[in-house]
Order: sequence, then C-alpha cells, then structure tokens
Amino acid sequence: MSKIMLTRRKLLVTGAAGASSLVLGGCDAFDFLSQNDSHARAVLEKANDLTYHAQRLLIRNGALAPEYSETEIRQGQRPNGSTDPQTNEYLTLKGNGFADYRLAVTGLVERPRSYSLAELRNMPSRTQITRHDCVEGWSCIAKWTGTALSRILDEAGLKPNARYVVFHCYDKYDDNAGAVPYYESCDLIDARHPQTILAYGLNGESLPVANGAPIRVRIERALGYKQPKYVHTIELVDSFAHMGRGKGGFWEDLGYDWYAGI
Amino acid sequence: MSIAHESTASQGPLIYRQALITRLTHWTWAVCLFFLLLSGLQIFNAHPTLYIGNQSGFGYDNAVLSMRAVDTPHGPEGRTSILGHEFNTTGVFGVSGPADDPNYRGIPAALTIPSYRDLATGRVVHFFFAWLLVATLVVWLAASFANGHLRRDLAPTRSDLENFPNDVRDHVRFRFHHGESYNVLQKLSYCAVLFVLFPLIIATGLTMSPGIDAGFPWLVELFGGRQTARTLHFLAMFLLVLFFFVHVLMVLLAGPFNELRSMITGWYRTSPSIGPDKIANEGKKP
Repeated sequence: MSKIMLTRRKLLVTGAAGASSLVLGGCDAFDFLSQNDSHARAVLEKANDLTYHAQRLLIRNGALAPEYSETEIRQGQRPNGSTDPQTNEYLTLKGNGFADYRLAVTGLVERPRSYSLAELRNMPSRTQITRHDCVEGWSCIAKWTGTALSRILDEAGLKPNARYVVFHCYDKYDDNAGAVPYYESCDLIDARHPQTILAYGLNGESLPVANGAPIRVRIERALGYKQPKYVHTIELVDSFAHMGRGKGGFWEDLGYDWYAGI
Repeated sequence: MSIAHESTASQGPLIYRQALITRLTHWTWAVCLFFLLLSGLQIFNAHPTLYIGNQSGFGYDNAVLSMRAVDTPHGPEGRTSILGHEFNTTGVFGVSGPADDPNYRGIPAALTIPSYRDLATGRVVHFFFAWLLVATLVVWLAASFANGHLRRDLAPTRSDLENFPNDVRDHVRFRFHHGESYNVLQKLSYCAVLFVLFPLIIATGLTMSPGIDAGFPWLVELFGGRQTARTLHFLAMFLLVLFFFVHVLMVLLAGPFNELRSMITGWYRTSPSIGPDKIANEGKKP
C-alpha cells in the first residue's frame, strides 16, 4: 500500500512540477503555433470553420447588424490600414476627383460590365448607421451610404458555379515579403445581405481617401478587415485558392480567419 | 501537533469523492483557461484599452483602463490608467523586456501566446479553446445533472448557509475539515465560477462577435454596448485568475497531496468523524 502511495505521490509531484515549469518558463513554448504550416495550428484552425458553420446555422441569412441613431455618431470614422494609397493608378484617379474611376464586375458572371462613380451614385442607395468593429478590439459608429452589392450582382447575373465574391483594391500592403495588392472575399450570403453596400458616402459626405475613396465595401456582420477600401474590381469565383496565398484575403494570407464574423 | 498524533488512527476512511467526468472536465477546463488567458492577453495587446459603451472614444474619452508607453526625459515609461488614476508600470505593463531593448506592449511577453505580437495566432488559439471550454461546460452540466453532482455536492443546503459564519471563521484560521461533501465556501465559489463567471465570460465573448450581434442583438443591449462587453470580459477574466490563485492556495493549505489525488484518482482521505469542537485540532495530512 505505502509503495503504491509513494508512486502516486511521485506522479503527482512530477506532474505539478511539470505544469508549473510550463507556466514559469514563459510562453515562447507555444510560438510554433505561429507557423502557418504547423500541424497543431491546422487542428486549432478547425475551430474557425466550426464558428463559420455555427453562425450560418444559428443566424438568419438576412439578420441585420444593429443600427444606431444619429446621436451615437460621436466622432469621425477612425481610419486604419492603408489611408493614402500611393500606386500610380490610384494617384491619377485621385488627382481627377475619381471622374475616370470604373468599378469592374468580372469572373463567373453572365454580363461582365463596369460602373462609373456617377452611375453607382445614381442607383438606389441605402444609408445605415452601424458599428465598425476592428479585429484589434476597438469599435466606431458611423453612417455609411452606398449601393447594394446584391443589385450589382443581379445586374451582372451570376453563373451557377459562382461561390465567392472577391474584391480587388488599389492599395498595396506589406505582407512581410513585399507590398502586395489588398484583396478580400466573402460568400454569397454576406454578398447578398441587405446591409452589404458599396459605400461612397461617410457621415453625410463623400467617402474620404483615408476611409477608402471612391468605393469601400461594407459587410456589417464582419470585422473591419472584411471591409476592403479602394475597390476597383468585383470578381465572382468558385475558389480563391489561386489568388495571393490562397486564403481569400490579404489578412487571411497572414493567418487571420476568413469568416471574420467573430 | 505531533507527528505521532497524525497516525492513520486519526484519519478517516478513503472515499471515492470525484466521479471520472468531474475529474476530466476539471482538467480540461484547467488547460482551456491556461490557453484562453494567455491568448486573450495577446488579443488584448492589439488594443490595450478598455471602454464603456458601444464604441471606443477616439474623439472623446470613455476609457476605463489603458496601457501605453510614453517618452520621458528618462527614457520610455509604461503607464497604466485605471478609472482616471495613472500608475507607472514600467517593466510590466506598457513597457517591458530588457532595458536596452524594451518592448512597447500592454501585457509582457511571458504572459502571452505567442510571446511576440501575433494577433492572428492569438485568435486561432483563443477560439479553439473557447469552443472546448463551452463544449466541456455542456458535457459537465448534463453529466452533473444526471449523476446528481449538482444537487448532492454543489447546491448549498440550508444547514450550509446556517454554517456560513463558522466556515468563514475556519477558513480564515486555515482549519480545514475534510468531509465527504464540499464546505459552504467551496460550494459557493464553485457555483460562482460555473454559473456566473463562465456564463458571463462566454456571453460577453459572444457579444464581441459582429455576427452574433446581428443574430442576437439583445446581447449588446444586455451588456450596454460592445465595448462594455469587452470590458466585462476582461473583468470576468480577472476574477477567474483571482479564483485560480485562491483555489491553488486552498489546495496547498488543505493538503495538496490529498486534494490533488482526489482530483486525479477520485479518492479522498476524509477527517475522522469528530465533533465540530475537535475539528479545530485536526492535523494536516502527512
């Protein structure tokens, strides 16, 4: 009996010592989880798929993000990420007040076409006061005005195999291996959501350059990095595996979750 | 108290106290909370300021806690503000790491996963263990309801509550009665963790999700705004950490071998059945 107890005691002491060294040794023990090819990370990332499917299951496709009153606009919309793109194409457009801007709709659509800013502004608009939630943790309430993306998709007519909408942007962003064009993507549920707009207005004014002029996408049930700025092309695809590093967006390619609804 | 006095004669019987499911869920939570805490502090570091309301005040001030680094004539200093009171926290919060190569970050590297700033990985780790914690809670609730653990061991009885002042007095004097059931302070603190802090930290975490806010807008209303929910999430974390330290302290004081054994093997050495006046003389287990 005493022998068994001793063995158990030894086990407990060893276990406790192991656990405390894990704590005291600092947390670089888990730094390997940063590596995108780590097997453990791949397992942990499965939770993001679970979140995506659980939210799609529990939340109606048309459920609206909370909207707020004018009095809750207490500050300007905080710009983040790219705030002043320096690509030649963009500088030329900006110099001319975006008069020559065209938004192209391409890919798996029946009728590829493009829109000028005036054409977009002349279509029925939607204005919404919503909360922008940055992945960093902060929130900011602002009033966005724009054209429903669903209308643009209807006009172009989706081919049956179209599964995702990809937004290509003028700004370039440093992904640790050099500056690459910003891009984002969403599924057709978010794309057709009534609050998903191609915004050209912010707080009653023209959308400023810092916030994505001339066109910025609003997907109100997702985090800020899902709201690409400086959009020039909307491409319908059945897979985004061939773009960037294949994860469906600039930040996704750097390890952020694609769904971004949490 | 002599060693001789603590012979086996003074010990009560070994009893099977913790069901397998209780032990499994206990250690799964321990692992979950370890990873959730350290990955959560990584996420916090992306914007180490907490606010009240729906948004973060950039054009106005609604912050209740913030950590930042400021330049001073003596070099960089870490400053932490709590409810308008500012503290110099150089070396821990705001500025940490080696003096010749300081890190400008809210929470120091030793307390985050990964150790360096990597919000994406922090989120991957956090959401995995958040799911695991919730799944474990569901399994535990169902099993504990079915096997009677809730009713038999956790629900405080009338006599528990009547004994509350005595139990507080015993704890303050570090006198522990190793009975078959939990004492009232144990019951109340475990219930607080399982039925108040866990639901609070899960619900406030969900409230930070813009997807969930569209499906369940009453959550944002309930907590008074997304940023208030984020602050409450942090507060619940702080209370869980506090619980952890008290919990471990109690285990150490009450006899770590016996307590750990019961949470690993299920078997627990009780005190001999003696009257309350003699409990005070109960020796610690060898």
